[in-house]
Amino acid sequence: MGTIFRLAMQSLRSRLFTSLLTVSSIALSVTLLVGIEHVRSGVRESFAGTIRGVDLIVGARGGSLQVLLSTVFGIGASSTAISYETYERWAAHPAVGWSIPFALGDSHRGYRVIGTTSEFYERYRFRQDGRVTFASGRASEGDDEVVLGAEVASRLRYEVGSPIVVTHGLQGGGIADHEAHPFKVVGILNRTFTPIDRAIYVTLGGIEAMHEDFEQAPGAVPAGAPPGTPSMPGAEAPPVMPGANAPPVMPGAEPPPVMPGYVPPAGTPVMPGYEPPPGTPTMPGATPPVATPALQPRVDTTHDDHDDDDHDDAAAQGSGEHADHDHEPQQVSSFMVGTRNRFEALQLQREMNTDLTEPLTAIIPGVALGELWQNISSAEVGLRIVALFAVAIGLTGMLVALYSSLDARRREMAILRAVGAGPRTIVSLLVIESALLAFLGCVIGVLLVYALLVFGQGAIEARSGVHLAIRALGSTEWMYLAIVLGAGTLIGFVPAIKAYRTSLTDGLSPRS
Amino acid sequence: MTASAAAPAVALSNVRFAYRPGQDVVAIDTLTINRGETVFLHGPSGSGKTTLLGLLAGVLTANSGSVQILGQDLTPLSSGARDAFRAQHLGYVFQQFNLIPYLSVRENILLPVRLDRERRAKLGSTDPVRAADTLASELDIGAAINSPVTELSVGQQQRVAVARALIGSPEVVICDEPTSALDSDRRQRFLELLFASCHKAGATLVFVSHDFSLQPLFSRTVSLPEINSASAMIAKDN
Repeated sequence: MGTIFRLAMQSLRSRLFTSLLTVSSIALSVTLLVGIEHVRSGVRESFAGTIRGVDLIVGARGGSLQVLLSTVFGIGASSTAISYETYERWAAHPAVGWSIPFALGDSHRGYRVIGTTSEFYERYRFRQDGRVTFASGRASEGDDEVVLGAEVASRLRYEVGSPIVVTHGLQGGGIADHEAHPFKVVGILNRTFTPIDRAIYVTLGGIEAMHEDFEQAPGAVPAGAPPGTPSMPGAEAPPVMPGANAPPVMPGAEPPPVMPGYVPPAGTPVMPGYEPPPGTPTMPGATPPVATPALQPRVDTTHDDHDDDDHDDAAAQGSGEHADHDHEPQQVSSFMVGTRNRFEALQLQREMNTDLTEPLTAIIPGVALGELWQNISSAEVGLRIVALFAVAIGLTGMLVALYSSLDARRREMAILRAVGAGPRTIVSLLVIESALLAFLGCVIGVLLVYALLVFGQGAIEARSGVHLAIRALGSTEWMYLAIVLGAGTLIGFVPAIKAYRTSLTDGLSPRS
Repeated sequence: MTASAAAPAVALSNVRFAYRPGQDVVAIDTLTINRGETVFLHGPSGSGKTTLLGLLAGVLTANSGSVQILGQDLTPLSSGARDAFRAQHLGYVFQQFNLIPYLSVRENILLPVRLDRERRAKLGSTDPVRAADTLASELDIGAAINSPVTELSVGQQQRVAVARALIGSPEVVICDEPTSALDSDRRQRFLELLFASCHKAGATLVFVSHDFSLQPLFSRTVSLPEINSASAMIAKDN
């Protein structure tokens, strides 16, 4: 057998170019197969590892998927808020060990602004035991302080100390900037490869302060605003400037003549002490005058980017005004709960879901994540099928290469027979050849996967936020390799049996 | 795989062989070749030469009669046993293209002892590589021992084939027109080397050719058309 093996190697080497082509076609298909599996499990892992150690996620009554997506992944928004009293009531529940409230609905340049408490920095876990840690700075404490996720900081090139103006709503452009309440970056988080990287964290009071300012616009208390929102003491209602932009009235808009979020153009003395930059022209349309009336102050309204100039002005104007102001949170969008005893989680979930005072939806993150993954996983079946077809194509290529070489090798078979090789030896020669090709294909394919991971890891993270760990092959991948190797070996029997037949009929004199 | 020391090298009796039923290609009543003989087996094309060699080598099986090599009747043996017998006791040289192109000269010579343990055992304590090198230098191809066979001339290639046929001292060496691709000077030189090596190895030589000019060099000549009663019919067919 050793001799046959060596013969097979030398025979393959003698047809180096064909062999290399065959090996590379198998290698590429193996790369696809193993690579897809690697990516799939990497995505799944980073998906399942997005949130750990939380027993319940609680949102206003709605779909569990909605609660999960908006709270953990920052996708979509919950339509209703939970009153702060309800949150406090549950937070004080004897089964609850700790809780993290979230106030969602605002954004900055497309990144979500999330109001939360210091519990978030202490309790939130992802992957194995990943904690939220600071690359620089500290947690936000004051109502004008923000902490940036790693991606936000690097994409927008913010540093500790940078001023930020938050936008009301989740998308759109500059219609409802909370310019009256600018923030300052006090901390930047380390990269977590979870949605945290793409979020901006403020205090609950910060969110509240922002919306209070937002609601200061004369007569502009949007429908659905939390009742009893206190008017900000000391803040003067900005006068509508005569001769400037006429207060835009939106077609179909309700009485309030000045839209929420409308900020008088530069040059309008809004606040005491506000100095218009000299020479700033009053530009009609500089501040987009149209806003969709907000149904829910926290969520539904779109709106977004604004000029850096604006925001610098606003920062200069706002910092002195609100920094020391204490704002009581009125409501939260959702909250996470860690129970004192994990066995109480189910009981607590039932209690919350059946509570009549305020309808809530409490979900168990692991279960909800599993359900969500089930929904996505049909796509992965499709990917696998494509990859398996690629392998079939690679192996067929090998079959073609081996089979078509047979005619040229009839003399070789006759020589082997003349020196005493039986047809079985000839069969094993060809089977070993195809097994060797398949084996080399597997090895090179796997090496290629790792090479791509090493060189592509950074780019994949940057683009998709998915952290693909460079790890040993998993059982599925080994199984795939075994299938490729097994199929490659089996396929070798096709030319081998043909060679067996020819060598029997040819005997020692191939009719060449 | 019993091979009796006393038995003749080759003994055919009442051998009939047909590729298609009713169309005998070989019909030989009797043919005996003694040990140590160098036999010139003459036959024009179509006289059943190749088929007869296939029968002697155990690649083909007679439909009836017995084909005894060294006293062993090949006919009843399984194909595996015939392969093993051939590996152990026979050397074979083709007309041309004898060598495996992707092996070196030495590796080609070593092929029989590498593929068959019994043949390897016949070398005794001799190192196979040394045995191959010795044969190569006897056949005047020692300098090319590590060369790829594709760099050799046709004459050198045929000598490599002889060395391979002789390694491990098989009792019978069959040559199928090995000189047909050589010019007459080289043919002479080749045959001298072949005879010397066979003699040294104590091998019986069965040499098939249609070239009568070689006949005087052999100890005995057998005319295939004379002994093969089927050959007339084949000739007619062709």
